Amino acid sequence: MISIQEVNKNFGRLQALKNINLELVKGKSYALIGPNGSGKTTLIKCILGLVIAAKGKILIDGLSTAGKWQYREKIGYMPQIGRYPDNMKIGQIFEMAINIRKHPGQIDEELLSAFRLNDMYHKRMHTLSGGTRQKVSAALAFLFNPDILILDEPTAGLDPVSVELLKEKVIRCKEDGRLIMISSHIMSDLDDLASDIIYLYEGDLLYDNSIDTLKSETNESRLGKAISKFITQTHSIHD
Amino acid sequence: MTVSAQLYFLIVLFSLPGVFLTSAHARIFHVYPNAKQNLQETIAMAGDGDTVYIHQGHYFSGNITVKNQLLIEGIDMPVLDGNLKDEILTIAARKVIIRGIHFKNTGRSSINDLAAIKCLDAHGIRVENCILENTFFGIYLSNTDSSVIRNNRLEAFAENEYQLGNGIHLWKCKNALIEENEIKGHRDGIYFEFVTDSQIRDNISNENMRYGLHFMFSHDDVYERNIFRKNGAGVAVMYSRRVHMYYNRFEDNWGSSSYGMLLKDISDSEVIQNQFKGNTIGIFMEGTSRTLFEKNLFAMNGWAIKLQASCDDNVLRYNNFSGNTFDISTNGSLVLNTIDSNYWDRYQGYDLDRDGVGDIPFRPVSMFSIIVERVPPAIMLWRSFLVFLLDKVEKIIPVITPENMQDQTPSMKPYDIHTRS
Amino acid sequence: MLRLIKYILYDILRNRFILFYTLFLFLSTYAMFQLDSDTSKVILSMLNIVLMVVPLVSIIFTTIHFYNSYEFIEMMLAQPINRSVIFMSQYIAVSVSMSLGFFIGTGTPMLIYGIPDAGYALLLSGFMLTMVFVSMAFLASVITRDKAKAIGMALLFWFYFVLIYDALMLWIVYTFSDYPLEKPILALISANPVDLARVMLLLKLDISALMGFTGAFYRDFFGSNLGIYFAMSVLILWVVIPLWLSMRIFRKKDL
Repeated sequence: MISIQEVNKNFGRLQALKNINLELVKGKSYALIGPNGSGKTTLIKCILGLVIAAKGKILIDGLSTAGKWQYREKIGYMPQIGRYPDNMKIGQIFEMAINIRKHPGQIDEELLSAFRLNDMYHKRMHTLSGGTRQKVSAALAFLFNPDILILDEPTAGLDPVSVELLKEKVIRCKEDGRLIMISSHIMSDLDDLASDIIYLYEGDLLYDNSIDTLKSETNESRLGKAISKFITQTHSIHD
Repeated sequence: MTVSAQLYFLIVLFSLPGVFLTSAHARIFHVYPNAKQNLQETIAMAGDGDTVYIHQGHYFSGNITVKNQLLIEGIDMPVLDGNLKDEILTIAARKVIIRGIHFKNTGRSSINDLAAIKCLDAHGIRVENCILENTFFGIYLSNTDSSVIRNNRLEAFAENEYQLGNGIHLWKCKNALIEENEIKGHRDGIYFEFVTDSQIRDNISNENMRYGLHFMFSHDDVYERNIFRKNGAGVAVMYSRRVHMYYNRFEDNWGSSSYGMLLKDISDSEVIQNQFKGNTIGIFMEGTSRTLFEKNLFAMNGWAIKLQASCDDNVLRYNNFSGNTFDISTNGSLVLNTIDSNYWDRYQGYDLDRDGVGDIPFRPVSMFSIIVERVPPAIMLWRSFLVFLLDKVEKIIPVITPENMQDQTPSMKPYDIHTRS
Repeated sequence: MLRLIKYILYDILRNRFILFYTLFLFLSTYAMFQLDSDTSKVILSMLNIVLMVVPLVSIIFTTIHFYNSYEFIEMMLAQPINRSVIFMSQYIAVSVSMSLGFFIGTGTPMLIYGIPDAGYALLLSGFMLTMVFVSMAFLASVITRDKAKAIGMALLFWFYFVLIYDALMLWIVYTFSDYPLEKPILALISANPVDLARVMLLLKLDISALMGFTGAFYRDFFGSNLGIYFAMSVLILWVVIPLWLSMRIFRKKDL
């Protein structure tokens, strides 16, 4: 599980994260939402250690992540834009990931075959479309059976069939009792996948509860509607 | 070789009485170590025309003065040791011949020029096939005409200049021939002062503390086919007229005031077919007039030639310049010398009419050499991009280089120069 | 780390740019040997390539490569790998491939035509300059997030060390020509890696002229191997210090 305690981050004068407190537990699936520039990606990067928090602590399974790198063994990460060494072939990317990570457990190649990436092993990365690269990123994120999955805009650029395949995979993982965090703008996707909502707005954590709670609070049955209602409510309070 | 406590023993070989009488002026003496009559006494006893053979051994004889016309010859290189105290041979007679002796350890003095062999007012001396080791002065000729010094090896070892004298030192002599000697580690290898009508040939003068050849007030001399290498200050030729310098090699003389050859107040002389290689300054010329520099090779020197403004009417032609850091540098802007038809490896002109002569003139003085002349530490910027740019700009618009110092007819190909026959 | 280096290296070596660089060096060196039978003059022409082109290509290529690998570095950082390891792997892979390009490009013609006297000094200088300017490129890259800014900074580094610095030095030497400048000049030279590499070559090519520099200190310095050792050690510092600084920055950098 991930415990985020009073995390602050600023880029120059811009405060990207303001005193965020979050407890994320296994077996749940979190939808990380918010408008552009609200701090979603920054929060994800803080968890991964790509961005170093100015203040506060992030614990994973009770251990601080500051200055450490070993904890990332537990995380599978799918970035918003996956870019890879241009001259490497798909096969080499996977081979490299496996080689570098020296994962002792089982390798999960399910997405690899579902996306038919095996057939394209010889293709060089710079010849691939954005969607295919997303598939590579997704397959890589799930490759080592991580306890924690962080997916940043996973469905952007994917064809509908692949989106469905990915969704099914995420749902199975959730059922396995893993911790899943997804940031997306596509509410219908999140409706199927997420159990909880984390709503960030200009670096503030405005909502952190289950989707069901949100729906009942807003009297809406669809997540999209519920959220927009919630947003108008909060903003009118704020104003 | 051991020297026992026994007395020196002398054998005087008398020939048959009749022969003895007929050759009264050609007696022969043999000297051995440990003999009854010592070397000093024998030489004192011998008269004009006599021969003294010194046999193999180590002799501590103190100073020996030769007052008669003798042939003194060593058999199997006897060692005459001055015990770091004395001058070994002082010659005050004419036509003395010294041959095949190993002289060693003369004394050193700041008052007297102690030497292994010193000739005072003694004409027609020959010194041949000798070895001089660790001597203060080696062979010293004062007011001694028509002498021959041939095929000797001289080497001194002291660390400081004040502990060293000159190897072959001539003062006020005429008609001398200095030939095939090797001199190393002295103050000046060969020293000439007031020496006229003489020749210095085929000598090797290396690693001397000051000059390989130090040459002053000496007119009408020839020096040729000598090698001067790694001397502290190279070779200096000064205050002389009609000096002829052929086929010599001046190499690896390194230092801020070290020259392949320093010419100071020289006139009507010739420098032909010499090789100047790897010197800080190939030739440094000051107050030099009417001198011809022809078919010399200047290679890998810091400065091939430093031509001071006090030089005039000299001619430099058919020389090869290659691989020098700077070809010519000068401290003035007047051009009083002729530089013509040389080969310059830096020349980037063309030869459209294919007559072997470049169609545009070559300027041998680069801008940067003038900067370095004014500010020596600037040399550390040599070959930088900045210097490259400065020199290119200067070539197009000459500002500080003497515009008229140029070779109008640069050769496209190096001359075939035989620097040593 | 070795595995990581292997993969980055594999990627760079397939990059057309490195191949082009190697080919360029090879062709120009080869052409120089063809045009001039005097190998010592070839060295003089190659000197300009080594002192100018090698630093320029090294620093620009490395900076561009760093920004092109940004996402890849990001991906690596999401893996359980130490940041320092990722950084060092990048440095080693880039400097090894640039040096390889340099050695193959300039070395092969030398092997064909025979290695000239100063050939080894030239290869050593070129190699050290590659290492130094790759190191500086990493510093420029980690200091700013903006690719254009970093390339600008890299170009500025190059221009400064290749030209501006020497102009300043010439000005200093002129202005203070009445003072003993031997030791200050050595300090000034040490502060510019291009000058250090150049001096290493001067020691081979122009030793006769350098010996005209006054003072026993310089006689010893230039006359023995001391000069080479000195230049080499300071050049190594020029590799290590920017690298160490950029590593420090990279370890705390937000990506």
